[in-house]
Amino acid sequence: MNPAASVVLFTTIAGAAQGLVVALALATLGGIATTAFTARGLVMAGVMLTIGLVASFGHLGRKERAWRAVLMWRTSWLSRECIVLPAFIGWIALWWSMLQIGESRAILALVALVLAAVLWLCTAMIYACLRFIEEWAQPLTLVNFVLIGLSSGFVLASALAASAGESELLRASAPAALVFTVAAWLARMLSLRRNAELKHRSTLQSATGIRSSKLVQKSMGMSAGSFNTREFFHGRTLALLKNVRRVFLLGGFVLPALLVLAALLGAPESLWWLAVASQTIGLPAERWFFFAQAKHPQNLYYQAVS
Amino acid sequence: MMAWLKDLLGGKAHDDSARWEPGDTLAKQLALVIDLNVCVGCHACVTSCKEWNTSGSAGPLVDENAYGANPTGTFFNRVQTYEAGIFPGTDTIHFPKSCLHCEDPPCVPVCPTGASYKRKADGIVLVDYDKCIGCKYCAWACPYGARELDEERQVMTKCTLCVDRVHDLQLAPEDRKPACVKACPTGARLFGDVKDPDSEVSKAIRERGGYPLMPEWDTQPANRYLPRRKTPAAGGEVS
Repeated sequence: MNPAASVVLFTTIAGAAQGLVVALALATLGGIATTAFTARGLVMAGVMLTIGLVASFGHLGRKERAWRAVLMWRTSWLSRECIVLPAFIGWIALWWSMLQIGESRAILALVALVLAAVLWLCTAMIYACLRFIEEWAQPLTLVNFVLIGLSSGFVLASALAASAGESELLRASAPAALVFTVAAWLARMLSLRRNAELKHRSTLQSATGIRSSKLVQKSMGMSAGSFNTREFFHGRTLALLKNVRRVFLLGGFVLPALLVLAALLGAPESLWWLAVASQTIGLPAERWFFFAQAKHPQNLYYQAVS
Repeated sequence: MMAWLKDLLGGKAHDDSARWEPGDTLAKQLALVIDLNVCVGCHACVTSCKEWNTSGSAGPLVDENAYGANPTGTFFNRVQTYEAGIFPGTDTIHFPKSCLHCEDPPCVPVCPTGASYKRKADGIVLVDYDKCIGCKYCAWACPYGARELDEERQVMTKCTLCVDRVHDLQLAPEDRKPACVKACPTGARLFGDVKDPDSEVSKAIRERGGYPLMPEWDTQPANRYLPRRKTPAAGGEVS
């Protein structure tokens, strides 16, 4: 697939915001979050989610009709996401408002937790439900979306806590950030390994029904490409893909994990922001790779120009 | 103004009774049967499809750089060419490709707006261009690459099976067929109801071994393809 920058940005930034809200909600339920810190964190998450929402409009051809996307929630995961995302933003705004008037009920954090989880489910299922895109149609897609969101959210929450001097919260969020980052790394390695061994079910023979062991396309039916060649091919070299893979494994997981470990062992708090910066480069690269690696079966029909 | 307000409050984008829902089995399914044995790859079906549909209810279908070095545009039908076997015993096979109007179309339930739908009356899969937001998700959900986003209108388009033609009582009965079928000089394209066992298309599928594309995904394409036949004149065994 040809990754759309808007979707890469939306899924990574919203995932981190969800992780941040989960950290704030758990801290609230555990009684280790101050009201002022929670409120600031919620503003940050709300801004990130709104940036994500605006970015997600970027890949729409007819943005003025975007509201229609909430209608088919009975069958479409995309439609469900379009309902849950604004609801999540709305709930965070409500939670923040309640904190302003001195209300801090557990239900505010609990519902935020549920909404964050449901949003991960919707976002991941948009991709995992497409059964013939075999790189995506697997449980690890959901696992990766959740773990990467938790990793980036907890690293960010810890960075904020370190800067704000919230040492009690940091004592809990820092080890969690390390665990989630290592878990996200392992799960991503697993999905990379699975996809490397993947043998696609569709072949040129099944796509055309021509039963010949030697079958080649001589013409795709047009000379200068079409929507099918623009949307489903990223057009990059294997070498570039390999480099992006290196960047996201290092920047998204390995380096942040080492930085978090160092911070845990007493290194200065600026390392937390270095970890955030590293993931800001690494995780969009990870999501770009997630899209680029997916081989759509329609590509079988678009191989040769003549 | 009022129409969209009604849609939003009603919680649906359409009249349910006219639309196929996942799990429904239809009594009628219009489809094409394409005879690979006689297609000569002339692209007449491609151009007549474009001509009819750019001027009809599905159009206009944009052309970009039509006279430039890299012309591209929206088409509902393409003819591709494949070579099978080992030289010199190779077969050149021309392969027309358009929406297969699946009986279980994966592109329909994923549409977030309900713009993508399958008609209950005749099984044709269509896009409501006034409701499409151009998110391209239906194109991702089609394993065949049958859908093309119109770059100018920014809505998803696809083969309509000439729905604005096949039911038009103003036309003579023999003209109530898709433009591609009418244009084919070798009769490689048959059109009819695959649910009617006595139709031309059902007989052809039965007698000539009409097969679906990518059966592994269980989309149950309504369109079928008739395989090549070896004849003694062509140096092969009669099959």
